[in-house]
Amino acid sequence: MTQRVKFYQTGTLTVGNRLLDEENRTVQSTPERNNSLTSGHRACQGCGEALGARYVVDVAMREAGDKLIAVNATGCLEVFSTPYPESSWRVPWIHSLFGNAPAVATGVAAAMRAKGWEDTRVLAQGGDGGTVDIGFGCLSGMFERNDDVLYICYDNEAYMNTGVQRSGRTPPAARTATTPAVGPTKGNVFGQGKNAALIAMAHFIPYVATASVADLHDLEAKVTKAMGMTGARYIHVHVPCPLGWGSKPCDTIQLARLAVESGLFPLFEAEHGEITDVTPIRHKVPVEAYLKPQRRFAHLFGKSADAEALAAIQQMADRNIEKFGLCG
Amino acid sequence: MLKQIEGSQAVAEAIALCRPEVICAYPITPQTHIVEKLSELVRLGQIGNCQYVNVESEFAALSVAIGASAAGARAYTATSSQGLLFMTEAVYNAAGLGLPIVMTIGNRAIGAPINIWNDHSDSMALRDAGWIQLHAETNQEAVDLHIQAFRLAEQLNVPVMVCEDGFILTHAYERVDIPTLEQVQAYLPPFEPVQVLDPADPVTIGAMVGPEAFAEVRYLAHHKHLQAVEVIPELSAEFARIFGRESGGLIQSYRTEDADTIIVALGSVVGTIKDVVDEMRDGGVSVGAVKIISFRPFPMLALRAALENAKRVIVVEKAFADGLGGIVVGGVRMALRGLTTPIYTIIAGLGGRPITKESLHRAFGEAAADEIDDPHFLDLDWAVIDRELARAKEKRRSGPIAENILRELGLVGGKPV
Repeated sequence: MTQRVKFYQTGTLTVGNRLLDEENRTVQSTPERNNSLTSGHRACQGCGEALGARYVVDVAMREAGDKLIAVNATGCLEVFSTPYPESSWRVPWIHSLFGNAPAVATGVAAAMRAKGWEDTRVLAQGGDGGTVDIGFGCLSGMFERNDDVLYICYDNEAYMNTGVQRSGRTPPAARTATTPAVGPTKGNVFGQGKNAALIAMAHFIPYVATASVADLHDLEAKVTKAMGMTGARYIHVHVPCPLGWGSKPCDTIQLARLAVESGLFPLFEAEHGEITDVTPIRHKVPVEAYLKPQRRFAHLFGKSADAEALAAIQQMADRNIEKFGLCG
Repeated sequence: MLKQIEGSQAVAEAIALCRPEVICAYPITPQTHIVEKLSELVRLGQIGNCQYVNVESEFAALSVAIGASAAGARAYTATSSQGLLFMTEAVYNAAGLGLPIVMTIGNRAIGAPINIWNDHSDSMALRDAGWIQLHAETNQEAVDLHIQAFRLAEQLNVPVMVCEDGFILTHAYERVDIPTLEQVQAYLPPFEPVQVLDPADPVTIGAMVGPEAFAEVRYLAHHKHLQAVEVIPELSAEFARIFGRESGGLIQSYRTEDADTIIVALGSVVGTIKDVVDEMRDGGVSVGAVKIISFRPFPMLALRAALENAKRVIVVEKAFADGLGGIVVGGVRMALRGLTTPIYTIIAGLGGRPITKESLHRAFGEAAADEIDDPHFLDLDWAVIDRELARAKEKRRSGPIAENILRELGLVGGKPV
């Protein structure tokens, strides 16, 4: 397999945009951008979801030749972007309910087919709660029918919009409003996890990918690739949440990168149920490096340090590294 | 064209004539035959480029319809009972978004205890979800109401449920006049939404609305229903002109002129009630009947006009509010406010129990003599109830009522206790 070289966009290990061919460079913000999610929205400072959505929707718009309809699940992205009578969306955009974005998107796509307007593409998006919990039935149905929808999950690992409650994507030991860091086992339980990307792959849909706001260029490339295909496509984007994670707004990109580099959030692509590409870890870091700056994991460190929990989380990362071949 | 046809098939043919562009289907008894027939018609290419989507739940069915409708497509789905409840959140949402979706309700009881047969508990539970609710008495009326429903929905931007009694109508073979495509097209112009998801003119639909405007949004939904009260009779009159038969409207009166006693009901039971009215009239009793076709919007003024001279009113209902009584009767009382007319409620046909002429004769007779309990539960087996109540008094045992009764009868859980 030929490994496509991916460059860091920014940071200490940057190789740099400038070394890439012009068409491969990530352009942060130019007047030519569509700015589909434009300025004036009310996301928190350092919001990973807002950043991810800006890149995803702009690329999707570009690839669709500006013929794009967006469907949004209830959640932060919906609330911070559309406080009536204002809207930050420069795309036709609909929000219906928390758990039905995939089905609404199916309906939009069906309407486009009925009218012979298949060149208008459909993008659906939601947070991890709207996607892997309450919307999972509709999502699976959309996958199984292979409806022509690109679904983006912005995963910030809890129900942030309602005040940081545990979701099916909340990592073990993480403190949330419903998994407090008190009692004999602090924070979220150590379950089996819910890897939505792998479950999406089990539907053998044309395209599944994970991505991170730490690598916007990679995210853009994946959205571009997904938009070049038809049928059900799924991209799971890791988006740190300063509010919910108890991290500094300026650390959003750094944390997203550490999640990848520790092995806790593997980046891969899959087509028709088979993994086709994995982003190798260039500079492996222990999970502590990722966990420590986040207050939601504060109980694992300091006076009441929980070495056992830390070891278990490190084990998860190591398992990912082995399973996905992240270290070559 | 006259056909001897199953109710569901007739409705499916009517839907096909209305040229929906997206149909979403999830099976639930007793509406299933409608979507089965539609899947065939779509596959055979008889509904143009209509997209038929087999979904994974009723919640998804209506959600797909929401997406399709918001994108400018005429959208249809059908459900019953638990299915309607399962999509409840989307039911309110479709109304709130002002999407003119038409949905058939094959009326069926709600569990537990699980029951697949007819009553009105399902659509009554969603009576205040912002949808227009039209009730059909016959399969002919079901066909006609569906055609009117699309016109009404698209004219007012409000979704419409057409309610027809499960099995009694959905599975009954009757003579039905299926209109021609030309007639339907003359009556129902193509869907032209006021607001649509269009890349050429991007709009935001479904924004968050706070206290500063929510009340106004809600009032305007109320106003839309008040408008519907005006529009429904107009559309019925126009229907008569094109199709050559009276169908629809808010209410229909039957032999109510100078009637002392007027019976109010909705759905298929009205046919039985009309027979009883005829027989009672033959016996010299001054009685008539009023059929409510439009339960939402509730035909307040039309009902008052129809009932204000009656000496008493009897409301026959296939659903009720526990501990309170009838649901329809609440509206009837509002329609007659200020008058002292006695109003009785007869709760009948729950979970598919047959409503016989014999029982209605007895109950109407008691009511006409002002000697009926209110609410009156028609044909209750008091022996079962008394035994269960006596047992419950003796020994506290929690658990579902149905299982307790069946256990007493020795039918569930082995030997009687």
